[in-house]
Amino acid sequence: MKPTDISAPDYFHKVVDCQWACPAHTPVPEYIRQIAAGDYGRAYMINWESNVFPGILGRTCDRPCEPACRRGRVERDPVAICRLKRVAADYKPDIAALLPRPADIRIGKRVACIGAGPASLTVARDLAPLGYEIVIFDQDAAAGGMMRTQIPRFRLPESVIDEEVGYVLGLGIEFRGGRRIDSLRALLTQGFDAIFVGTGAPRGRDLDIPGRREAAANIHIGIDWLSSVSFGHIDKIGRRVIVLGGGNTAMDCCRSSRRLGGEEVSVVVRSGFAEMKASPWEKEDAMHEGIPILNYLVPKEFTHSKGRLQGVVFEKVRAERGAKGRRELVPTGEPPVHMPCDDVLVAVGQENAFPWIERDIGIEFDRHGMPVVDKDTYQSTLPRVFFGGDAAFGPKNIIWAVAHGHEAAVSIDALCNGGDVTRRLPPRMNLVSQKMGIHEWSYDNAISIDQRFKVPLKDSRIALKDIKAEVELGFDGGLAFAEAQRCLNCDIQTVFQAPLCIECDACVDICPMDCITFTHNGDEDDLRTRLAAPAPNKAQDLYVSSELKTSRVMVKDEDVCLHCGLCAERCPTGAWDMQKFTLEMSYAGQGCRSSA
Amino acid sequence: MTYLPKPKFHHPAIETNELGYTHRDYEGAISTLCAGCGHDSISAAIMHACFELNLPPHRIAKLSGIGCSSKTPTYFLGQSHGFNSVHGRMPSVLTGANLANRDLIYLGVSGDGDSASIGLGQFAHAIRRGVNMVYIVENNGVYGLTKGQFSATSDKGSKSKRGAVNSDLPIDLVGMALQLGATFVARSFSGDKTQLGPLIKAGIQHRGSAFIDCISPCVAFNNHEGSTKSFDYVRAHNAALNRLDFMTGRSPILLDHPPGSLQEVTLHDGSTLRLRKLAEDYDVRDRAAAMAHLYEGQAAGEIVTGLIYLEEDAGDLHEHLATEERPLNGLGEADLCPGSAALERLNQALR
Repeated sequence: MKPTDISAPDYFHKVVDCQWACPAHTPVPEYIRQIAAGDYGRAYMINWESNVFPGILGRTCDRPCEPACRRGRVERDPVAICRLKRVAADYKPDIAALLPRPADIRIGKRVACIGAGPASLTVARDLAPLGYEIVIFDQDAAAGGMMRTQIPRFRLPESVIDEEVGYVLGLGIEFRGGRRIDSLRALLTQGFDAIFVGTGAPRGRDLDIPGRREAAANIHIGIDWLSSVSFGHIDKIGRRVIVLGGGNTAMDCCRSSRRLGGEEVSVVVRSGFAEMKASPWEKEDAMHEGIPILNYLVPKEFTHSKGRLQGVVFEKVRAERGAKGRRELVPTGEPPVHMPCDDVLVAVGQENAFPWIERDIGIEFDRHGMPVVDKDTYQSTLPRVFFGGDAAFGPKNIIWAVAHGHEAAVSIDALCNGGDVTRRLPPRMNLVSQKMGIHEWSYDNAISIDQRFKVPLKDSRIALKDIKAEVELGFDGGLAFAEAQRCLNCDIQTVFQAPLCIECDACVDICPMDCITFTHNGDEDDLRTRLAAPAPNKAQDLYVSSELKTSRVMVKDEDVCLHCGLCAERCPTGAWDMQKFTLEMSYAGQGCRSSA
Repeated sequence: MTYLPKPKFHHPAIETNELGYTHRDYEGAISTLCAGCGHDSISAAIMHACFELNLPPHRIAKLSGIGCSSKTPTYFLGQSHGFNSVHGRMPSVLTGANLANRDLIYLGVSGDGDSASIGLGQFAHAIRRGVNMVYIVENNGVYGLTKGQFSATSDKGSKSKRGAVNSDLPIDLVGMALQLGATFVARSFSGDKTQLGPLIKAGIQHRGSAFIDCISPCVAFNNHEGSTKSFDYVRAHNAALNRLDFMTGRSPILLDHPPGSLQEVTLHDGSTLRLRKLAEDYDVRDRAAAMAHLYEGQAAGEIVTGLIYLEEDAGDLHEHLATEERPLNGLGEADLCPGSAALERLNQALR
């Protein structure tokens, strides 16, 4: 193998598994260290720069970082990254002074954002401080989009939404709430230099089976029902509720039902429990509230009598590998099951809907009715119009919407400055030695052996009585510290300088995970078989040095490195050093504009 | 050294031996030696050798004297018996322990000061008596604990860190061991564990006095230019006689081994040593030739390493003295006080 080029930002970025997995590339270990140090304000601002909504995401994020966490590979459970983010938001001091101030000078460019959800708000936050005049339109009176309308209050209190949306709107942004945009053509004539569409996936999929029309009064579309609950239009539901669907919306529906009078609430999914789209912790939370999840049942008919819903008939199925090796659901042949109920919530998926975009204004749509959007620039086929969040590529999560928003803002900034929209600057990186003394590092390199701490919950008897009572109490300072200490500091990199190495083997001997091997070079597949410990995880790179004096090379398998720094502590010549890797993403602004 | 204990986590796919232990179970306390010390590499080689031989740690006794080298038994085999003796007196203590309980595996760990200066007489007699042990000298040619004076194994002409040139002739412990009748004699280098590991394993399996002189650079006081015990110097002058594959029924590991003709030697416990000869006309069973080769190498400025001499069917001290087969702690009152009839027989025999 060729010597590893550690000056390429991606190499060490990949080692920081959580940051690499985060769509917004939040520097997770850095903010976790700040939490451990008790500097919640700094931890919050690190988050705010990357992901805009730390308090909201700290409660609701889909956490792509956690399955990626190295801790899950060396111990069992990942660090509770998401809930530590909430700690930063909960305990931070007043950070108003740390936020950017509204731009003093306007640059004379106007950008409209349609929909006031996470994607639009991110675009607005990135562009407003640069002097853009931003107008955000939303059908609802308050900004926040799906964060406000679809996520129940017992998971995300309104005050958190108000605060974090407020930080964005406080940057001198004009918000026109309660105004639905009915025609993009009309908006295009209003002199905006760019328009960003962040309208989400606002239409819940329906279930067109017999009885749907007749029993309509007691059959509700999940996301519409949730938003009615959120706005207080609905405050009760029948005693027996069936929720159809296995995604996170279904989990929110069943848990909301439990709080609005639903005593016997069950979730019914077509496929297996393991195949459900809902995050494992959301399923857990639902079951914790006494909600059974029944699987392999396909809804066939709504039964009704005199216009009133009686129940749902299900066909029993099982999963089989079909002829093409695809997983298929086939009926078991058992008699259908009738489950009586008073209300049904349908949460079987969401769709995009763009009835307000005229099809002849230059925006192409594909055969699924989705706009044709460039995957890197988020630009539509009409150069002035950009899409992001669920509106661009269908339903995903808040953190993806934020990531889209950052990228769209870069494109919009380039467009408004006559630059190349496709131009992306690579992120900037830096490596700084963390050596403080002979065996002292500026980070805590002792490895905690604690297992993941559970977030304390409110007693469910109390929690189920009030739909606005937040269930999770969050970590207190002590638990947060202990959980933060589980972080392996993967951004503190093991940096090797071959010319300094005397091949004394001290690093090999001390490494608790047997990551380091000195051996003769070979290609990757060959090297992986000759290391001190098995290295089967090809998703994790091998760090290979240039040739040493004995014509061998140093090979380090990054897979399970604890970043404990013992290799560097044992190195007599400083060939190993622990260096903090920082990655600066390129956001909209001067640096990202091309001179052309 | 480091201030941190080694993290408890280990590789998720870590190998276990026949006893169900991982190599981490053979560790001791965290080393307090200087970062990069060759002695730590030797400790690692000992741990791996015991792991690979499936030795239960509680059946091993590690004994040492005084010095950096003699501190090392604390840093390996934390579950084994240990005795840190007076300076240079490890061989006597080991001999006594061995006589009292022949069932343990004895590791004598010493240094060039402990064995070639203050303990030279002790070294000689333990070897001469054929005590069943592995005697490892962690030889750095310098008094590291007292900041870098020449030791008795420093080569004449070798330069100290502050520039002084050694005018005394060195003691060659390998030559002495051969002359004193050691039945397993080897030299190795802490920077070459592929050579050192199998030698330690073979030494443990050998019955009789096994002596390993292991050159172990002192990174703090003897790893500079002009030193003849530095990593660079030893690598440049290393003349390896052979490579060992140690076979205990498992398939041998054939990594990083240069080609050469093979010689198989069966040890008394039935395990097999496979020697890959690097010096073609060299026979490890010829003591006189071994001594000659050693002197020739020395004259040519080479550091001869590898298995230098092996007597396959060596006896040990217990055999020579026809001692009781059971360890003393296994003898009951009936054995120790056989009664007046036995005493009468003994008295009769002496009349």
